[in-house]
Amino acid sequence: MLPVVEAPRNRAGAALAIDAALCERWLVAFLRDELIERRGMTRAVLGLSGGIDSAVVAYLCARALGPANVYAIRMPYRTSSADSLLDAQRVVDALGINVDTIDISPAVDGYLAVAGDPDPRRRGNVMARMRMLALFDQSARRNALPIGTGNKTERLLGYFTWHADDTPAVNPIGDLYKTQVWALARHLGVPAQLIDKPPSADLEADQTDEGDLGVTYLMADQILAQILAGYRDEQIAASGFAATDVGVVRRRIEGTHWKRHLPTTALVSGTAINEFYLRPVDY
Amino acid sequence: MSFDVAVVQFKPRKGDIEANLAALTAIFAQLLDGPAPPQLVVLPEAALTGYFLEGGVYEQSFGAEAFAARLDAAWRAAGGTRPVDVVCGFYENLDGTYYNSALYATLTGAGARIAHVHRKMFLPTYGVFDEARFLSRGRHLGVFPTPFGTAAILICEDAWHAIMPTIAALKGARLIVIPSASPGRGLGGGGMLESVERWRTLAQMTASEHGVYVVYAGLTGFEGGKGMSGGSCIVSPRGEVLEALDELAVAILRASLDPAEVDLARAALPLLGDLAAVLPDLWADAPGR
Repeated sequence: MLPVVEAPRNRAGAALAIDAALCERWLVAFLRDELIERRGMTRAVLGLSGGIDSAVVAYLCARALGPANVYAIRMPYRTSSADSLLDAQRVVDALGINVDTIDISPAVDGYLAVAGDPDPRRRGNVMARMRMLALFDQSARRNALPIGTGNKTERLLGYFTWHADDTPAVNPIGDLYKTQVWALARHLGVPAQLIDKPPSADLEADQTDEGDLGVTYLMADQILAQILAGYRDEQIAASGFAATDVGVVRRRIEGTHWKRHLPTTALVSGTAINEFYLRPVDY
Repeated sequence: MSFDVAVVQFKPRKGDIEANLAALTAIFAQLLDGPAPPQLVVLPEAALTGYFLEGGVYEQSFGAEAFAARLDAAWRAAGGTRPVDVVCGFYENLDGTYYNSALYATLTGAGARIAHVHRKMFLPTYGVFDEARFLSRGRHLGVFPTPFGTAAILICEDAWHAIMPTIAALKGARLIVIPSASPGRGLGGGGMLESVERWRTLAQMTASEHGVYVVYAGLTGFEGGKGMSGGSCIVSPRGEVLEALDELAVAILRASLDPAEVDLARAALPLLGDLAAVLPDLWADAPGR
């Protein structure tokens, strides 16, 4: 009998593997170029939620700019989990970055009191947009650039509030899937409590991302990677996924293309901005 | 007789030709200050403007003579009194037709002599790339004489088509210079971006198949989130990487090229001679003939 060597049939996970040290080096260089060299800014401000995404961005910013130049803003609402504040503090303590806590409850409640029967979805969006408002104001206060913390998975699934979480001008992790963010977090030395806990937008009690999405992040990432590579649903399902899970992910990505673009503008001329008049963002 | 080459892994300020020429002048001065200034200085694709310009190419393009004159002025300002050869990528305006070009010129400090202008033939227009929207493609793959011997320039994707260095070598090229601007991507590799690894492999395969020196000059620095992946390298005609830079280094890569190495490599592995002999049969049998 000859030995048989067989290539792996299912490569769904292979596309997600990253060299975390290389990733860190690349993203730190990106932050230095975008902030210091292009914009002449030496300080960053970011919303530190206690979750894994903003923790990783805090680590990257601290390594790119130095801890003294990073301002973490904790922005709890009165229903936010106490653990979130604590986990954010773990990051602050580990890095020695600056921290402020701004309670958004009075501002959010002041609006909601006159908003007319807000349901949980609207309440969550109001909180997210209030945090965006506070983040930009704090950035002006400190002459610092707001840094985005949205990952590729939530961007592709449309699992964010438009013109809120996605607004900062610079985002180092927006092309990393959630599972890649976890891998980078382990490499960076983010406290284990943040890596191990279930991800949550923390907009409602006992909310988890995976509960909201209906699929696990690992499944979502493996399915998304195949969708972006051009595979059809039947091919993806054949690689080891339930057709219903593939469908959930497909519907989310196809229903949210608009969230990944600027507002739709009526074109009436031959010089429409970003249609005919084309200049890159760094020109 | 050796031929000393310096690859400048350059990090431009986007759209700021004056600042980039000032930076180049300082680099020229550094090269002149050393014990043995190079005979050839190689700069990447779109080196003095940045690569992703979209419609900005119409504002950041030059006639070849005018561009060479700017390089010559920089050489003169750096104190260059003896000639030096230079390869530099630039956006070219040729009577209102725009190209992604690279020139080979001799700078004397009192005027530039252009030996060759290569206009990029394969314009990547997919994914992150949009060149054909703004530029016309070159129509000619030329070779030209240099003090080292016959050379050819291939710009970035030109070199990804194996037939390009093959034709250049068949036309007599012993040195292939590749100015490039390659957005780095692919984090799955071991210590090196996948796109850089592919370039490195390609440079080695090109060099060893045809017995040519390959001088690869990569742009570096981030352009709107896209990190130009540097990775400049100089590869011997046997396919050995003589030296290389990493993705993010803003640095000068020096090497001495020996024309005799080309002859020795071709004697040891006469693939180019074999190809020249078989090519008529292959060509007669080619699709569309």
